[in-house]
Amino acid sequence: MGSYIVKRILGLIPLLLAVSFVIFIFVHLIPGDPARMMAGRDATNEEVEALRVSLGLDKSLVEQYFVYMKGLLSGDLGHSLRSNVPVTELFSDRFLPSLQLSLMSIGWAIAMGIIMGVIAAVFRGKWPDYLSTFIAISGISVPNFWLGLVMIQIFAVGFGWFPAGGIETWKSYIMPSFALGAGIMAMITRFTRSSLVQTLQEDFIRTARSRGLNEKSVIFGHALKKSIITVLTIAGLQFGYLLGGSVVVEAVFSFPGMGRLLIDSIQFRDYPVVQSLLLIFSLQFILVNLVVDILYGIFNPKIRYN
Amino acid sequence: MSNTNVSMDEITMEDEKAESMIKILIRSFIKNKLALASFIVLIFLLLIVIFGPWIAPYDASETDYDSILEGPSLNHLAGTDEFGKDVFSRLIIGARTSLSVGFSAVLLGAVAGTILGLLSGFFGGWIDRIIMRTSDVLFAFPDLILAIGMVAILGPGLKNVVIAIAFFSTPSFARIIRGETLEIKQRLFIEAEQSLGAKKGRIILKHVFPQTVPTIIVYISMNVGGAIISAASLSFLGLGAPPGSPEWGAMLSASREFVGQGFHLILFPGLAVFITVLALNLFGDGLRDVLDPKTRD
Repeated sequence: MGSYIVKRILGLIPLLLAVSFVIFIFVHLIPGDPARMMAGRDATNEEVEALRVSLGLDKSLVEQYFVYMKGLLSGDLGHSLRSNVPVTELFSDRFLPSLQLSLMSIGWAIAMGIIMGVIAAVFRGKWPDYLSTFIAISGISVPNFWLGLVMIQIFAVGFGWFPAGGIETWKSYIMPSFALGAGIMAMITRFTRSSLVQTLQEDFIRTARSRGLNEKSVIFGHALKKSIITVLTIAGLQFGYLLGGSVVVEAVFSFPGMGRLLIDSIQFRDYPVVQSLLLIFSLQFILVNLVVDILYGIFNPKIRYN
Repeated sequence: MSNTNVSMDEITMEDEKAESMIKILIRSFIKNKLALASFIVLIFLLLIVIFGPWIAPYDASETDYDSILEGPSLNHLAGTDEFGKDVFSRLIIGARTSLSVGFSAVLLGAVAGTILGLLSGFFGGWIDRIIMRTSDVLFAFPDLILAIGMVAILGPGLKNVVIAIAFFSTPSFARIIRGETLEIKQRLFIEAEQSLGAKKGRIILKHVFPQTVPTIIVYISMNVGGAIISAASLSFLGLGAPPGSPEWGAMLSASREFVGQGFHLILFPGLAVFITVLALNLFGDGLRDVLDPKTRD
């Protein structure tokens, strides 16, 4: 098992290098001159040039890439062109809220998804199945930002139960995490259902039933255990959707997280911040899939030897 | 002589197969009521897209400062916005934009991905390695983040939204078509063609590609809904349709300022996206069950 994990992690190194290179190129393709933008409208050409030199933007792209990689490896993400604050500092109070939001979203999505999937599979072909399938397909089809706006209108403006934005109390997280998790909940419901329906037809389930086990322990003790792997994989794959969705949902709820920072920084052409944000978003996605891969290996030893 | 006979037989067989395929499609769609209902909704939407300007009761950009932020009424079925423009008319006109952006993005991604997938699967070797490693790198980015990055480079606007969505759809099409191609390549008749000295380009076009068409259609139909949501999301963030234009995402973006004053401004554009995407997803599911029963869940 140990060697499997090491192999997986080492395999990521070329991918990470490629991703960092792609992001670097990407960000430098963004049109506009950050030095001029930072210097302000009244700056003379000399002032802009001086600023360009001090930011290192006068160097060649290759040189800039090595400077960026050197900084990256020592944990230095550069300074924001907009506020001149170190990027790491900028992230420090934004990363945690976004992470909490992601975890809450994926948490309720997995829990609800499994429950609804189990109900649908157990009552296959009856109304609870149709209801949960309907909710699932709706969840995939609904734009998360619209769900957020409707919830603000009803529960914040209408009933006043939750704040419409910000992160002052734990209540501020409820509506954004619901909007963000709805699509994933839907996916997990569908895959739990289909995987469980398949598993319930297998021989070992028939054996368990014929041994006189009651239906509850057949489903939760035997069948669901096998479906968990599928659910985990789906949740891992959907994590990318969650990260992308967080940008939009954070915009709806004026949520001071990484997603909103991305949009703000793109508008200001804040290279170092955009670059680091893209890197962190893809890094999170890669890490989650690594964890899923490893868990997959633990649950399903056959895969390890491939 | 015997050669022509074989291909004649093949042609009639293919024709019969195609005919029975359509019959199966129709029969199972009638059986699958949800798919049928979604098909009817899509036909309805198509009519709106085609005849939009004639159906719309008002000009979508006609302002009327005597009726600002009015709720739904008989005069204005979906109310009016902050300039007194008729929301219902704007939704009808917006259907054109939202649907064509979603469709063209997925079609563009499908064409690019299919070409890359066919090349990758058929030739293997370094071509395959380059294409697959590149798609691995692109898969490391969350879709919408990649699209936002692309729009940041290309600049805001619907044309660039189409390119950005096509860009992140391409690798998944490439991977699926590559898998199909690898499988088809193993089949006997391709080997036979090859040993008869047929040109590779011809084999790909005449024999491999047609076999992948059902998969491509299913995959396109399953992706258009998501693409419409992505496009609306980008417009919502101010990266797509210009603010103030009658596009569903841009309308929702504008509605944010009127939370609490005009719920109809939030409700109806979102409902339009929701119903359209729901119909597309149900239709895609139905199509998949018929054309590609392997992947049925």
